[in-house]
Amino acid sequence: MAAAVASAEDAVLRAILEIADDGLILGHRLSEWCGHAPMLEEELALANMGLDLLGQARALYAHAGALEGKGRTEDDFAFLRRERDYVNCLLVERDNRDFAHTMLRQLYFAAFMQPFWHATVQTSSDETLRGIAAKADKEMSYHLRHSGEWVIRMGDGTEESAARMADAVNELHRYTGELFMVSPARQQAIAAGLLPDPESLRDEWDETIATVFRAAKLELPEIRTMQKGGRDGIHGEDMGHLLAELQFMQRAYPGQTW
Amino acid sequence: MVITVTTTPTKSRGESKEVADFELARALEVASAVPDPELPCVTVADLGILRSVSRDKTGRIVVRLTPTYSGCPAVIAIEMAVETALLSAGIDSTIERVITPAWTTDWITDEGREKLRAYGIAPPVGVSGGRRAFFAEDAVACPRCGSARTTKVSEFGSTACKAHYRCDACAEPFDYFKCI
Repeated sequence: MAAAVASAEDAVLRAILEIADDGLILGHRLSEWCGHAPMLEEELALANMGLDLLGQARALYAHAGALEGKGRTEDDFAFLRRERDYVNCLLVERDNRDFAHTMLRQLYFAAFMQPFWHATVQTSSDETLRGIAAKADKEMSYHLRHSGEWVIRMGDGTEESAARMADAVNELHRYTGELFMVSPARQQAIAAGLLPDPESLRDEWDETIATVFRAAKLELPEIRTMQKGGRDGIHGEDMGHLLAELQFMQRAYPGQTW
Repeated sequence: MVITVTTTPTKSRGESKEVADFELARALEVASAVPDPELPCVTVADLGILRSVSRDKTGRIVVRLTPTYSGCPAVIAIEMAVETALLSAGIDSTIERVITPAWTTDWITDEGREKLRAYGIAPPVGVSGGRRAFFAEDAVACPRCGSARTTKVSEFGSTACKAHYRCDACAEPFDYFKCI
């Protein structure tokens, strides 16, 4: 899967899987907070945001399967691929660590995806993608607001919360470059008018992050080399552990349904 | 999950001019009356998630429903409830899930909003919009005493579509149906 893209159809499928995998993996990460959140309200918020992302991923997998026309279902895509076949960006698979890491990761992602879906609604030539995007746009605007508010509260909070947030920035900022990187498959999907060019969304992302960081009294770090690899199926150590849990039921009891 | 896209949501009411389609009218009536499983005070028609009831080319009744949120866990329960209600009325149907145009709270009927308020859930304030400022709060009136002195407790409530508020006048906690 990480090899060269053979045809235009393969490219579209692959490009849709990139954003579907982003949603699935980040949604799963948020679900790991169930029973562990710092307070009840955040327990609900994290589960709700995770559900939004899983819902978006399901719709995208179903669409990918229909486009491919080989009978692969959303479950096949979600549960039965190998690690190298997942093409999510590295940011979304990063370990939850603490609440600061989780909320900053959510902010980085939502600050990109909200304008991404908004642009998809406006410009995509694919009617189903426009439909998925119209819902996701609204959902991600909530995620953006919720996570941004927490980054501000914690960055401009106590000594402890500020230190944790600064630590999260130092750890996670290097993974944000991949949001804007365009794989060969994505390039074809952009050229075909299916998905927006991430480069056109960079100014808005920069401005959102700068606004939040100013209010949070956080410094934007200088990153010389952005981490990459997820879109080629090259994942970090955290990913294997995540997939072991995500895929366990389908691997242990193949074909099981609820 | 089968996703269908329809661009022209129409409330079909027996389009045939020659013969009144009583079964179709009955199907619309039955489907419209199905309550939402998580908000039993309102029906799928009140919420605006029942998009259409019509006949396909073969004459089969087709009910189109749309989800509120992408990940709404009640979607399947709602689809099954509508299908079951129609079966109980002796009507076989096909349920289709449509995603465009996207549902927003603007689809909730005036009657639906009033039912929500009477049930203790503040209906969405204003019309569906885009991004909002950090720390911006909707001015939500308490559904019980009507006071505007309310405080948001949490952006996320017991279901994806609701936020959690508290009234500072009568001290009652209440759910707010978020405006999206």
